[in-house]
Amino acid sequence: MSPQKRVKNVKAQNRISQGSNSFQTTLSAWKVKQGPSNSKNISKHGQNNPVGDYEHADDQAEDALQMAVEYFEKGPVKTSQNKDKTLEKHLKTVENVAWKNGLASEEIDVLLNIALSGKFGNAVNTRILKCMIPATVISQDSVVKAVSWLCVDKCSGSTKVLFYRWLVAMFDFIDRKEQINLLYGFFFASLQDDALCPYVCHLLYLLTKKENGEIENGKLILFQGMQPHLQALLSLYKFFAPALISVSLPVRKKIYFKNSENLWKMALLAVKQRNQGPSPEPLKLMLGPANVRPLKRKWNSLSIIPVLNSSSYTKEYGKKEVSLSDCLNRSGSFPLEQLKSFPQLLQNIHCLELPSQMGSVLNNSLLLHYINCVRDEPVLLRFYYWLSQTLQEECIWYKVNNYEHGKEFTNFLDTIIRAECFLQEGFYSCEAFLYKSLPLWDGLCCRSQFLQLVSWIPFSSFSEVKPLLFDHLAQLFFTSTIYFKCSVLQSLKELLQNWLLWLSMDIHMKPVTNSPLETTLGGSMNSVSKLIHYVGWLSTTAMRLESNSTFLLHFILDFYEKVCDIYINYNLPLVVLFPPGIFYSALLSLDTSILNQLCFIMHRYRKNLTAAKKNELVQKTKSEFNFSSKTYQEFNHYLTSMVGCLWTSKPFGKGIYIDPEILEKTGVTEYKNSLNVIHHPSFLSYAVSFLMLQTLPREREGNREKGKKWSWYLDYLFSQGLQGLKLFIRSSVHHSSVPRAEGINYNNQY
Amino acid sequence: MDSYDVPESTPSASSRPEDYFVGATPLQKRLESIRKQTSFIPTPPRRKVPQCSQLQEDVDPQKVAFLLHKQWTLYSLTPLYKFSYSNLKEYSRLLNAFIVAEKQKGLAVEVGEDFNIKVIFSTLLGMKGTQRDPEAFLVQRLILSPRLECSGTILAYCNLCLLGSSDPSTLAFQVAGTTGACHHTRILSKSQLPSENREGKVLWTGWFCCIFGDSLLETVSEDFTCLPLFLANGAESNTAIIGTWFQKTFDCYFSPLTINAFNLSWMAAMWTACKVDHYVATTEFLWSVPCSPQSLDISYAIHPEDAKALWDSIHKTPGEVTQEEVDLFMDCLYSHFHRHFKIHLSATRLVRVSTSVASAHTDGKIKILCHKYLIGVLAYLTELAVFQIE
Repeated sequence: MSPQKRVKNVKAQNRISQGSNSFQTTLSAWKVKQGPSNSKNISKHGQNNPVGDYEHADDQAEDALQMAVEYFEKGPVKTSQNKDKTLEKHLKTVENVAWKNGLASEEIDVLLNIALSGKFGNAVNTRILKCMIPATVISQDSVVKAVSWLCVDKCSGSTKVLFYRWLVAMFDFIDRKEQINLLYGFFFASLQDDALCPYVCHLLYLLTKKENGEIENGKLILFQGMQPHLQALLSLYKFFAPALISVSLPVRKKIYFKNSENLWKMALLAVKQRNQGPSPEPLKLMLGPANVRPLKRKWNSLSIIPVLNSSSYTKEYGKKEVSLSDCLNRSGSFPLEQLKSFPQLLQNIHCLELPSQMGSVLNNSLLLHYINCVRDEPVLLRFYYWLSQTLQEECIWYKVNNYEHGKEFTNFLDTIIRAECFLQEGFYSCEAFLYKSLPLWDGLCCRSQFLQLVSWIPFSSFSEVKPLLFDHLAQLFFTSTIYFKCSVLQSLKELLQNWLLWLSMDIHMKPVTNSPLETTLGGSMNSVSKLIHYVGWLSTTAMRLESNSTFLLHFILDFYEKVCDIYINYNLPLVVLFPPGIFYSALLSLDTSILNQLCFIMHRYRKNLTAAKKNELVQKTKSEFNFSSKTYQEFNHYLTSMVGCLWTSKPFGKGIYIDPEILEKTGVTEYKNSLNVIHHPSFLSYAVSFLMLQTLPREREGNREKGKKWSWYLDYLFSQGLQGLKLFIRSSVHHSSVPRAEGINYNNQY
Repeated sequence: MDSYDVPESTPSASSRPEDYFVGATPLQKRLESIRKQTSFIPTPPRRKVPQCSQLQEDVDPQKVAFLLHKQWTLYSLTPLYKFSYSNLKEYSRLLNAFIVAEKQKGLAVEVGEDFNIKVIFSTLLGMKGTQRDPEAFLVQRLILSPRLECSGTILAYCNLCLLGSSDPSTLAFQVAGTTGACHHTRILSKSQLPSENREGKVLWTGWFCCIFGDSLLETVSEDFTCLPLFLANGAESNTAIIGTWFQKTFDCYFSPLTINAFNLSWMAAMWTACKVDHYVATTEFLWSVPCSPQSLDISYAIHPEDAKALWDSIHKTPGEVTQEEVDLFMDCLYSHFHRHFKIHLSATRLVRVSTSVASAHTDGKIKILCHKYLIGVLAYLTELAVFQIE
């Protein structure tokens, strides 16, 4: 091996250890290095700060260190009189360099060898061990050699303890661990030593991997005990081989391991900084309180949602004889407990072990991703069963007068809803739960959660769902307060949105002609339109019951804001207009925002219908989903009456027709003007503030003047944020001497 | 209020509701069946009267006798995932270790070690309604005295419980005299157990079965084993531990199965309709009146032959029981009671029904007395359990 290779940098170290050098070769390599020119070479390459002054000082330190190492290697000179002095001097040198820059792996190799071989006294060994701080990494071979010294039993117990502590602390800096893993059995045997046990436990904890074999069954029973370090190790074994060990951990979580690191705390930080690059992550396991059952509330569970555990049980059952090493050797599958990040999930998605209880995925967003994409029937079925049963068990209104766990149930529902929102998809179990529990629901407890569940019902045929769900909901709807009505409408709006999203996704994801959905698009559209009509019916009746409450009307119009944009926003061939009961209440409302919202909705309807019309004309081919002329007629009818009211001051002529005789009977003389933009009661406050602003004298004005003022007033209204009105007027009314409504032409052939 | 009518509108495309489920997954099929269930009457209006000997031929009479005359607590159970009948031995090892670990918290337990506690799994061959029903199986938790070899205990135990009566009919007769007394002594708890006793004592027994569970079987794939009915006898804490193990291992879900008054009256009618050679117990009903400060229980005992006579006068369609007949039967009992005591029983809650065939309590406790109708009783319970898990 050429001396150039022994440069203090990580790559070189790795190369050396990969070559799996024996003790002899490294030592010989070390000896070659002793020339002064070589040492200079090293320092030049290895030093992190190439500033000249330091370089020189470092050169000196390097030389001193080499002398010290040499001295230790030769062993104490018995005849020398100033033995202690020299020893002290060299020790100091080593300590200084170690704490300042760390030692090269070769130096550590030699010194470790010396410390454990017992050439010097106990005190010296301790001091040497304490300063075994690597510059970057420690070679695996050094550790193996050191362990072999432990077998010879030349060093004292305290040195051994210190060595194990050092090993645990420096574990991350050992370059490779295959050889050390082979010593697993040796470490395991050391558990019997009481003094060593805690540290050996910690070491084993760090070492244990699935691949680790060599654990004999019978020996496990050795460490029956309540010491925390043993428990930690046991839980690790249980985690890897649940079919072999059964352990139930105590309630309180303790710190499992004594801190081995505090001797080297500062040095470790320094090494980490020197290494900079991400040091290999130690195996971290969650020994959280989740594994522990504090209270025996119910035997089914302590929390409703089960704890995440790999299903290693079931796999192992097939084998006749299962040994722990078999379990640990089991490779190829990725345990869930180690799943911490999304990239990990992607890398291991083909070999992921599923949890033993599928319900546990509810708390784990990564696994929810998995569930969402895997579409594996047993997985979904297990989840379905668990969720249905849990909902049924926990549902508080199933049990008379048992509202103790109300809070818990609410939290549970919240968790489910969070998962559904996360997946943007409803669960079948929840739908089944709604069917079963809605007839018994009082409309009060867990209201917001329950209604949110309604909004996540997966898309299905409306006529099938109606008798199971909406009929029961309607009963509650009509008999409850206005707030309940509003929240039901809100959740129905969300339901519509979810259905539309689902349908639009599904249509665009499967453009293939022979997909099952393609043939039933008409059916799906029909179902959606039935839902909209149903809500229309609910709203009309509710408006009557609540005597045209503005508050309620807001929620209703919110719903229709979704409805009017289906064609453009979701690219689905559906336009459903609102029922007259809603339209006229909104048109004649006393609230500005309602009228504004209505204008906006009409504007959007217009956009959608024109777009649809355009597409029909472009495509020419008679598509299945052309809208009937009735929709256009209906829209034009609404539009005429709206323009008649707001613009042309002919409110009851076209569109809504009221016999003039009846109108005269009301005694309102100026009924024709009283609903136009200027006189509409909902704009009253705007009109007042407009007049306050205007200082023009109120004189007789000509027609032109009037028109001018009219457009001023409109501009004023637009400037007040009535965007809906603006859009509506801009799109639907022609500014000309004779304003007229601009309907959409329809061909009667449809 | 307006009547809601669906407007004939927008998309002119044909809509066929059945199209939604073209190529439906089993999950969607399940949902379908739930919809049907919820929208119609929960129970079919007619059922078969339990037939005499529906037991399959290979059934072990000793094991059947073992199931009789014990009070079982009912649970419904969702399908077991990856359960395999060939691994019962392995399961018992694991469950054993699990129980021991639960008992001594914090200590590790090696699977397969010998303890003085033993869990045994065994199949109940032939306990099924149709060939498709999965095999029933029994789990027992024994406590052994330290000196005893544990193998073969269960057989010795089973022999013991028969006390020389291999003929089921004479067994029923014997029981009439010493109702269950000899049987009760067998289920000893730890404290009652004299430690010198060399026998293994059963602390807890539970069994899983599925009798005519076709409706459930159709909807699950072969990874699952459907045993919707679980019956446990023994301390609740044991049920909890063992149930937890099952839930963790097979991803299933236990929930207590209660029997409502409606189903109790069905049981009363069906069990009265059974032909029993020797009536071993009176037909007895228990109603509960929720009144303060203490609830009042009304017990109503009828000679079984009188009850049978009443039923025969009502019963029309041979071999079947209909909803009307059940209602009429209960109404007759109510009016009879009212005539004598001026109490309207229909205003109270039926809590317990006991007949010579079996007795059932609304809390989900059942005791089966008659060997002949074991399958019939279990079939109805399976039906209730399936209904609960769907």
